[in-house]
Amino acid sequence: MTLLQVNDLQVHFETEDGLVRAVDGVSFSVEEGKTLGIVGESGCGKSVANLSVLGLTRSPNARISGSALFEGEDLLALGTERLRRIRGNEAAMIFQDPLSSLHPFYDIGTQLIEAVQAHQNVPTSAARDRAIELLELVGIPDPARRADHYPHEMSGGMRQRVMIAMALVNEPKLLIADEPTTALDVTIQAQILQLLERLQDELGMAVIIITHDLGVVAEVADRVAVMYAGRIVEDGTLDEIFYEPQHPYTWGLLGSLSRLDRPRPRRLPQIPGMPPSLLAPPEGCHFRPRCPHAFEKCQEVPPLESRLAEAPDHLDRCWLDPDEKRSKREVEGRIGLEAPD
Amino acid sequence: MNEERGTRNEEPLLEVRHLVKHFPIKSGVLLDREVARVQAVDDVSLTLSEGETLGLVGESGCGKSTLCRTLLRLIEPTSGSIRFEGREIGGISQRELRPLRREMQMIFQDPFSSLNPRRRVGQIVGDPMRLHGLAEGSDVKRMVEELLDRVGLSAEHYNRFPHEFSGGQRQRIGIARALGLRPKLIVADEPVSALDVSIQAQIINLLDDLQDEFGLTYIFVAHDLGVVRHISDRIAVMYLGKIVETAPAQKLYTDPVHPYTVALLSAVPIPDPKENREREPLVLEGDVPSPVNPPSGCRFHTRCPWASAVCSEIEPPLMDFGEGRIAACHHPRNVSAEQAASAEVVPESPQTAGAARPDVEPAQA
Repeated sequence: MTLLQVNDLQVHFETEDGLVRAVDGVSFSVEEGKTLGIVGESGCGKSVANLSVLGLTRSPNARISGSALFEGEDLLALGTERLRRIRGNEAAMIFQDPLSSLHPFYDIGTQLIEAVQAHQNVPTSAARDRAIELLELVGIPDPARRADHYPHEMSGGMRQRVMIAMALVNEPKLLIADEPTTALDVTIQAQILQLLERLQDELGMAVIIITHDLGVVAEVADRVAVMYAGRIVEDGTLDEIFYEPQHPYTWGLLGSLSRLDRPRPRRLPQIPGMPPSLLAPPEGCHFRPRCPHAFEKCQEVPPLESRLAEAPDHLDRCWLDPDEKRSKREVEGRIGLEAPD
Repeated sequence: MNEERGTRNEEPLLEVRHLVKHFPIKSGVLLDREVARVQAVDDVSLTLSEGETLGLVGESGCGKSTLCRTLLRLIEPTSGSIRFEGREIGGISQRELRPLRREMQMIFQDPFSSLNPRRRVGQIVGDPMRLHGLAEGSDVKRMVEELLDRVGLSAEHYNRFPHEFSGGQRQRIGIARALGLRPKLIVADEPVSALDVSIQAQIINLLDDLQDEFGLTYIFVAHDLGVVRHISDRIAVMYLGKIVETAPAQKLYTDPVHPYTVALLSAVPIPDPKENREREPLVLEGDVPSPVNPPSGCRFHTRCPWASAVCSEIEPPLMDFGEGRIAACHHPRNVSAEQAASAEVVPESPQTAGAARPDVEPAQA
């Protein structure tokens, strides 16, 4: 069952410098109880797309179009009041930086109680019990005492657990996690990823995890969408993206990973150049200026569609022929983007 | 990058012995009474040969940045010795230190806050050269333009301001600034942590090329093991103010000795779904303890899956387990019985650990 279906989402911002096409026709869907990983570099629009789905980018200079069907209701068309009832209730979000997402003046118990009472008409004592129950669920030791602590008294990992607890207050069907582990140390990242997986099993919620780290995606996602400069360039199952990648940008991302379990290459493979400005993106395929395999046809925008007969759900935006792709993505025996001369 | 570099036997460029940096915590109205000490760097010893790259890895708060700043004397050490090219710089005055500063440069983590937003690139890169008397007048401009070109920017960027650049380009400006003084040692404090993956590779490759070209020596700091592997000859792992393991780069990844290194390696997600499904990662419990009141004995014992009673009582000294692997652990991993039996305490071992050799029980991880 599809829980969230985003169709042709466009989010453009009018700025003094011109129109920023932050999200330029993005479509994806999330199945109930499954995890979608959205991967891309900073500024590719992965956060804006998801914030917009929850109505968090509505502002006078924003032009938002497309649709985001959540259980049949178009979130983009909903009024603020109705949206508020869904947000934090059926669909919740956690952010990258747990310190700036928690209020520094209130203890975390109070903040959790507020989250409970915003959606449920319960007395404060019951809300507090629920808050402590949630802190226990996310693995915070001694939750009753911890509820009286302020955010500054906790470590980064603990704060992120509190953020997760807050998002889970109303047992959402969809949790959007925007770079939930980027600000954390690796050993703490491992803890949080394990926690998210456990909670997903226990509560059966769908998760969208937004990250720049393909390693994180490989651990938690069922399906992966790769974004580049405001567009999804490839969308497939986890294994399809890692073992049958169709888009040169995905090859570049996979190729530039430093694998600890492999002998180190003489030189770290890199993607040449920089992502384009979203004020004046290149015509046609946005990756064209950095792509060593670009040809004339790339001046037209390739549609996001399946180009593989055997995998109708594996979508990509690249004009190259699948057989050509298979030969071109092999660089020194592994997947990568060949260096331009 | 080549393997011989680390084993060259000559006068080390930098030799740090038993370096300590404690920050006092004071309280009181009239009299500032010292109530506690943050033991940020606690008896650390390092040796760095010319042309070598030492990777320094540890989680936030383990003291790696404090160590870098202390060994450049950007903050004053509490005690210990720092020898640069055979000369003690731990106790010398700022005036005596100034000419040496040219030879020891730093690249910072945050390419946004480490460049003055009101100065042009030409000034940012050129001023240090002018101040140290390396160039004057129109020579400065020419040299800056050459440098910009060398780090992958172009000469026309000379008159631009930092805000006109992306994160990766700003990091290149920071590299050009350090390079302009023809330093011998560059301390790079998490130079790629703030950058996107595709840009990280570009910067690491650039640093690698520059090392070959200018014969630089690097201390390269990172918070995870993925980044440093590529550039390091040797890697030191820090935990709560102490170095717990040092090993040649390849060896550290294939045969880590200290359980903390094992855990750090295991925590790095493998970007390969099939291998991920098969492995059972070692996930450490709890957080890093406070450096104000670190655990007794081995500082890692509170989170170590293999800790025993001895670990909380006796601080393990740094011992040489063969093949260049030096680690402080009572229950070393990936060490054979013979290697454990013949392990000797090294002179770099912290003084608090004592010289007595404890019994170590090897365990195959």
